[in-house]
Amino acid sequence: MKNLYLIAYLDLKESIRAKWFLVYSLVFGGLIALFFIAGVTESQVMGFSGLSRLLLMYIQITIVILPIFILITTVRSISGDRDNHILEYMLSFPISLKQYYWGKVIGRFITVYIPVLFAMIIAIVYGSIKGSPIPWNIFFLYTGLLFSLSSAFLGIAFFISSIVKSSEVALGIAFFIWIFLLAFIDIALISLMMQQRLDEQLIIFIAMINPMELFRVAAISLFDPELTVMGPVAFYILDSMSRALFLFLSIIYPLALGIFFATIGFIIFKKKDLV
Amino acid sequence: MINIENLTKKFGTNISLDNVSCDFNKNDSVALMGANGAGKTTLIRSILGYYHPNSGKVLIDGLDPIKDRIKVLKNISFVPQLPPPIKLSIEELMQYISISADVDKELIKHYSDEMKLDISANLNKSFFKLSGGMKQKLLIAISLAKKSSIIIYDEPTANLDPKARDDFYRLLKQNEDEKILLFVTHRLEEVKNLVNRQIYMDMGKIVSDEKF
Repeated sequence: MKNLYLIAYLDLKESIRAKWFLVYSLVFGGLIALFFIAGVTESQVMGFSGLSRLLLMYIQITIVILPIFILITTVRSISGDRDNHILEYMLSFPISLKQYYWGKVIGRFITVYIPVLFAMIIAIVYGSIKGSPIPWNIFFLYTGLLFSLSSAFLGIAFFISSIVKSSEVALGIAFFIWIFLLAFIDIALISLMMQQRLDEQLIIFIAMINPMELFRVAAISLFDPELTVMGPVAFYILDSMSRALFLFLSIIYPLALGIFFATIGFIIFKKKDLV
Repeated sequence: MINIENLTKKFGTNISLDNVSCDFNKNDSVALMGANGAGKTTLIRSILGYYHPNSGKVLIDGLDPIKDRIKVLKNISFVPQLPPPIKLSIEELMQYISISADVDKELIKHYSDEMKLDISANLNKSFFKLSGGMKQKLLIAISLAKKSSIIIYDEPTANLDPKARDDFYRLLKQNEDEKILLFVTHRLEEVKNLVNRQIYMDMGKIVSDEKF
């Protein structure tokens, strides 16, 4: 276990020093700061106001940028180390592949999750100082959703990192996956598919297996489920499933997806030539 | 003891090792030579357990370096040809080595001093920001501090100045007893005072194996 923690700790330290981490933290922290400066908490649009509105805006932007940030920064984790011969040297020490791989996963998870969580905490603290009521139910739901979404894309990123030999190819695949999943959220291709009168079960199925769509629907489900901003599939899902069950699914499914992909990635990493 | 038996490794259609068999025993100090692409690095990496062979096997003291990598790598020190761009600081790198391989940090400092490398002044410096020679000296110091019974050097003196090379040879002389030393090199004259065996590889095969 000590080697697992050692790898996680060193990966965390290395990541925190990296320039991408600075940009990553500034983007999420900056978003919250920007919302406060822009007076989002004082405005009221379509029934949302105060911190609820701020957190909703934060989460909607996060849906788009968090996955690509995680994919781009993580996908080179193992393939990059392989590319520049770091893996060749670091694995010449008696450390198991399991400890190395999962240590990297844990270290990287902490790195990507802490800034997005911290940005929300800043919002809560600043909002409470300004006297806004704290929407704890939304805060805890979003904390769970972000945890789950981060796991999903981290798992996918480690999977890609394990299967490809070059970090350039890994980046290309990561970008494609992001665009692909983004296209299949409610407001994009799914609406088009409905227009084309494709089988509704198929459309719902496509929506439900997309962790970004689940995240999006879950993020707005605490508000009025009849809101038109949700999109037709979101409306259908929330109409046919209890909200509690859907929220449970929207946290468990991406988490399981992330663990699944990370595990497949590990099996491939173990079975393939290391360098 | 390293036992390589009918080892074949292919990358696509390219045969990198073609049915290679050889043994390395205690007190063997070997210069592994050959043109680029001859299979030297593939052989070294197979010993380190990085490659899954297409056929044949590698055994280190009777153990498979892939299945028993922790036990096997406890006894192997390795210095690559080009120091990798590790972003950890020297302190962190030493921490990694000290915890994973149970290497005494003081011993790393001791051998660094012997190699005329002052690591105390550079502990917080990122490894990849050191000069090529400093990186190589540190990797050599680590390899010696690990007290392994098998030491593998891939062109170890490529970045070293003549004085540092002398320090390296002196330290190796002091530490070579009861060990297997493997030098991948293109220049025999550089290690000829250290080696007692010369293996020449070509097209994935061992074409000559001389002991002297």
